Amino acid sequence: MVRVVRSTVLDAPVDAVWRIVRDFNGHDRWHPIVERSVLEEGRRTDQIGAVRNFTIRSGERVREVLLSLSDRERHLRYAIVESELPLRDYVAEFRLRPVTDGDRTFWTWSSRFRTPPGEEEALARLVGEAVYEAGFDGVRGALGLRTAAGSGPSRAPPPSTGVPASRAGDDPAPDSAPPPSGTRTTAAASRPGSRSAAGAIEGEAMAIARHGGPEVLRPAATAAPRPGPGEVRIRQTAIGVNYIDVYCRTGYFDLVQPPGTLGMEAAGTVVDVGSGVRHLAPGRRVAYACPPPGAYATVRTMDAALVVPLPDGLDDETAAAVLLKGMSAEFLLHRVHRLEAGQTALVFAPAGGVGRLLCQWAAHLGARVIGATSSDEKARTARAAGAHDVVLPGEASLEDRIMELTRGHGADVIYDGVGRDSFAHSVAALAVRGHLVSYGQASGDIGPFDIGSLAAKSATVSRPNFAHFTDTPEKVGAITRRMFDALEQRILGVEIGARYPLHEAASAHRALEAGETTGSTILLPEGSAR
Amino acid sequence: MAEAYASSVIGAPAARVWERVRDFNGLPDWHPAIAESRIEGGGPSDQVGCVRAFRLKDGSFLREQLLALSDFDFSVTYSILESPMGVENYVATLKLTPVTDGDRTFAEWSAEFDCPPEREDELVALIAGDVFQGGFDALERTLG
Repeated sequence: MVRVVRSTVLDAPVDAVWRIVRDFNGHDRWHPIVERSVLEEGRRTDQIGAVRNFTIRSGERVREVLLSLSDRERHLRYAIVESELPLRDYVAEFRLRPVTDGDRTFWTWSSRFRTPPGEEEALARLVGEAVYEAGFDGVRGALGLRTAAGSGPSRAPPPSTGVPASRAGDDPAPDSAPPPSGTRTTAAASRPGSRSAAGAIEGEAMAIARHGGPEVLRPAATAAPRPGPGEVRIRQTAIGVNYIDVYCRTGYFDLVQPPGTLGMEAAGTVVDVGSGVRHLAPGRRVAYACPPPGAYATVRTMDAALVVPLPDGLDDETAAAVLLKGMSAEFLLHRVHRLEAGQTALVFAPAGGVGRLLCQWAAHLGARVIGATSSDEKARTARAAGAHDVVLPGEASLEDRIMELTRGHGADVIYDGVGRDSFAHSVAALAVRGHLVSYGQASGDIGPFDIGSLAAKSATVSRPNFAHFTDTPEKVGAITRRMFDALEQRILGVEIGARYPLHEAASAHRALEAGETTGSTILLPEGSAR
Repeated sequence: MAEAYASSVIGAPAARVWERVRDFNGLPDWHPAIAESRIEGGGPSDQVGCVRAFRLKDGSFLREQLLALSDFDFSVTYSILESPMGVENYVATLKLTPVTDGDRTFAEWSAEFDCPPEREDELVALIAGDVFQGGFDALERTLG
């Protein structure tokens, strides 16, 4: 018998945690590896004997029965009744205890099970890390908490809301360099061909067998299974390369556990759809920008909810190059802050992927756009994208330059993806009642800051997360509609700087990391690179 | 029946905290309210049934009996035989659980007892606050 125990302390009252975890069928909303969970036979979620039927990221289906539930003890016990994983006689439980000192929660999650001989250690680790520890962080995310105290970069920050798009964590925007994010996924998650079934389409993927440099990217056979309920199978025609892919490759982000496939966005044509998918049909051109990673492939089966149909005027290559960055620009300009004509917007990294789109769109909206960048060449790019002024490092501080340019008014909104190095300057450069939108930390974590410092300006600070704006079909639909309109009206211009055959993904990564790229980089599955 | 409960997280491995608290005669070594203690009859302090007679720094005198001790569960249960607090049928348990995330300790201390209803709030606050949380604070200071 193997016994696995994991425990943690959550910085939230025990009742708040219990409300989330007592819902036996609610784990697909917070657990990063649980795809979709349904209760069999119309049972209630707190009905003893209820069976939840769900799939996990790696594709295995699991059925578990609720054995006991106690609101008094805040204790829940369940057992696996059917699983493709080799866990036998698996009985698990979790128990919450109040930590009266600080109104926190102590949570223990444990289980006993048998395994085939020799697999004890590996499965115990899988259960402890990919299920329990990832689940702790999932609930932290659902509660809006920071992740485990004292956790290093290899540990898992919150997967936000628990719906598929949120599972990647912080903004996958290319120049926003979020902290190590996502959760430990199962070793099998996003592994090419991990699900082999009748009717699978063979294909090729660029996979990593371990974290490391560009050389770890190797061609691997993959198979896209027939789509299950809510899924779509896509033959991909163009794949976007983003800096987050580099973080996944090196392991700085914990999103891809080798062996696994990288890639957050792609465009292509629908091969077929599973039951319940109404917004897509075979032959439709589509694109997506969402986790889980796995876009570096010729063919892919995935959750259809966040896959959008493409308008006729938008070709596949442009869609793959712009979707993720354009969606970021849309919610930064229209949702996080509603930019109005006459406002002054300061954009950091205005020559970068998201930065260029912000400049183009903000200028079109009638804002005065000021870029903050580091070289004359990037300043030219920013001006071409619509920046009215560009501030370069010089003798005067950034805030002094902004105040000078705005005659002492300051910036009404600041889009800052730089983070640690710029944050204090951004606060100082704000107008009274200005809004600092911190959407990344390319230079490092900002760390704690004194909220009292905002009083001098009555300032607002936002820290948006890509996932929270793009985690439902409704949200993705609204964002992409406005973005597609902006593309059609030429408000947004997309420059594809480089095209590589899919199997040369390593070269694309080398160029990206060397800073040699301008505009977007895409991969082409058919080897039709120009 | 009144209940008092306090719990905390101590920044040291459970085995280390347990080493400190398992000695039923060791209160003066770590609890700030306790001045001196002895085991009646001079027996070992981990013999279930033994009685500790101890004096607080304010001069009060108490006698408590060890009802259960578990090195497996990191748990100790005891009752009050004699005290100036005015409680009856007082049984308390101190239990430690490892926090695997960070190698810390979840410590909880609970008691059930009978007392005049009008004194319940005051006694619960005293026991959960001064006695239990006061003990946790001292453990955190010296071990955390």
